Amino acid sequence: MIASALGAVGDILGADAMYNSAMRFAIVLAFAAIGEWVAERSGTLNISLEAMMIGGAYTASITWSSTESVPLALLAGMLAGLLVSLVQAHLSHQLAIDQFVVGLTLNIFVLGLALFLDSRWEAVTQVVQPTRIPVLVDIPLVGEAFFGQPWPMYLVVPLVPLAWWLMFRTRWGLELRSVGDSPQAADVSGIHVNRRRRQAIMFAGLTSGLGGGVLVLGQISIAGYESGHVGLKGIIAIAAVIFGGWTLRGTILGCLLFGYFFALQQTLPVLGYRMNAQLAATLPYLVALFFTAVFAARTRQPRALAQPFVRGLA
Amino acid sequence: MTRPDQATARRAVSLLGLYVLSVTVALVLSALLISITGGPWRGVLNALLDGAIRKPGRWGDTLAEATPLLIVSLGAIVSARAGLVNIGQEGQLAVGAATATYVATHLSGPLAIAGAVLAGFVGGALWAGIAALLKYWRKVPEVITTLLLVFIASQGTGYLLTRTFLLLDDDPNKPNRVQTSAQLDESTRIGYIRIFGNEFPWSVVAAVVLAIAVSVVLHRTTWGFRLTVLGRNARTAQRIGVPVVIAGATALALSGAFAGLAGAVMLTAGTANYRFTPGFANNVGWEGLLVALVARNRPLACIPIAFVFAALRTGSGFLAATGVERSIVDVVRSLLVLALLVPPAVAVMRQRRVTPPPAAAAADEPVVSVVVA
Repeated sequence: MIASALGAVGDILGADAMYNSAMRFAIVLAFAAIGEWVAERSGTLNISLEAMMIGGAYTASITWSSTESVPLALLAGMLAGLLVSLVQAHLSHQLAIDQFVVGLTLNIFVLGLALFLDSRWEAVTQVVQPTRIPVLVDIPLVGEAFFGQPWPMYLVVPLVPLAWWLMFRTRWGLELRSVGDSPQAADVSGIHVNRRRRQAIMFAGLTSGLGGGVLVLGQISIAGYESGHVGLKGIIAIAAVIFGGWTLRGTILGCLLFGYFFALQQTLPVLGYRMNAQLAATLPYLVALFFTAVFAARTRQPRALAQPFVRGLA
Repeated sequence: MTRPDQATARRAVSLLGLYVLSVTVALVLSALLISITGGPWRGVLNALLDGAIRKPGRWGDTLAEATPLLIVSLGAIVSARAGLVNIGQEGQLAVGAATATYVATHLSGPLAIAGAVLAGFVGGALWAGIAALLKYWRKVPEVITTLLLVFIASQGTGYLLTRTFLLLDDDPNKPNRVQTSAQLDESTRIGYIRIFGNEFPWSVVAAVVLAIAVSVVLHRTTWGFRLTVLGRNARTAQRIGVPVVIAGATALALSGAFAGLAGAVMLTAGTANYRFTPGFANNVGWEGLLVALVARNRPLACIPIAFVFAALRTGSGFLAATGVERSIVDVVRSLLVLALLVPPAVAVMRQRRVTPPPAAAAADEPVVSVVVA
């Protein structure tokens, strides 16, 4: 019994496909999570991340179908994410409607819209073929995962330092962080609190829209938009930010961890292990729940997270 | 300087105008969407009305459909009142329905139905209780946990239907591989009322009574007052002696319990032919939550809104003839929700601009001034 369990663990740890698939899921999560990290540091717990991803995924998919151009499709995905974020930002940080109410409604709205439009204009995409970087891709186990991905996946590589630089090396980032920790103080020192927060949400819209596009165009198992693809990955990305204790490094780590369990659920049957499909499907969500529970209490969250700012209301 | 009552009247008129405007925009957008995808928007409207009320026997169905929506929304109000964001009703409803099924298929006799309903209540409460536990013990925001639990619940209850010792029907005549529970027997079914050729279950009446009860409890009792204070300002609540953790956890569990109750009611009133199936919740949890949002947390306002939302559900069954996908209803519904959220917010903003802050101007009800020792 123990021997066979160990054998199973060995098989899983030794499977190239596993690392490859885990990396793909992690990268898709990371696009959204980086945006969410910026938004949360500025004080918004932005649950419409899901809607932004869905919008990005469908738009990218439909753009590819009509133009067959991957860069255009990704750009369209980003624009769709931006559009959703504009609605979220202005309703929650200009009209001061509860951010969760707006986010939830947008999630339902965009999913419904994507499903409806998909029933009329079905989007079929051809997956971007993996770019295999010579020599490096032949490294055992992880070569394929790091050096054999479809090219849109690699956009995450510049995105991580870009987000870090924006947040920690520009005045804009400093103001964003101050707005997330102490909006009153930021307001008094002349920072337009809600404008900064809106901009942070728009940044999240751009990256998660791109993430949705990469999901549809870069995942081997996906051709065209289906409602199940995004399937709460936006929410898992939010969990990754919480897991990471609102640090960029931790967020990326969270994406890798949760990505691994998405891959596990997909790869187990391929490796010949039988597990009830429905139980296996809950795996990433259970893991996200467990790890956020373990780590959330230890970290310091942005002080004004999820608190609306209205001048004059302390 | 206008007299105060004049100003109030003007505000009311402009608010009404805003409502009319934004709902019109939402409807026009929906019609446009149908037209550009090549559907007849007039036909869609007619089909929706036929399916929801006009055809014989339809408004009874709509009432029956509105019942779980109403119950879910009442639960959502309880947690929102305490300042908690429970958005996992869809999962709590599925769990409640599953526990209710287990009890209903194992018990019989006159008390079986009470047992089933109670089981649904408890099941939903426990599922939301996980989120409450994680919030107060590990400080994980309940927004995330309740959402993650939705997915776990929908897949997990599906798993229950793969084992006969759990929920799977063990009838040998059942077609193989069909995932469904055994059918509830007569003693565990809710009775129906027949009026004017329409029929609807007794639970409709019970849900309306429940709405009134929730309204009274929230507005007229100490417990309701405590929840309100907690929701407005947790620190103040603590100062006046509200047990923050217990009150918050109770509110969260109770909101889950209502969702579970809605699941039990759906089951015993004959949704899915008195069986529990995968996908049983069928978005009722989400839509019930939206009802509460649109009602802006007033229990009695939930009653008509639940009916409208149910009308969209029952009406969508008649869309097939028009050739327009049912999912258009999801779009229309969420556009309507957005349209109904915007006007009050705009009104508050305008008022704020006219009379700069006394702090209370942002709240739509007077802020509770605390005099309790």
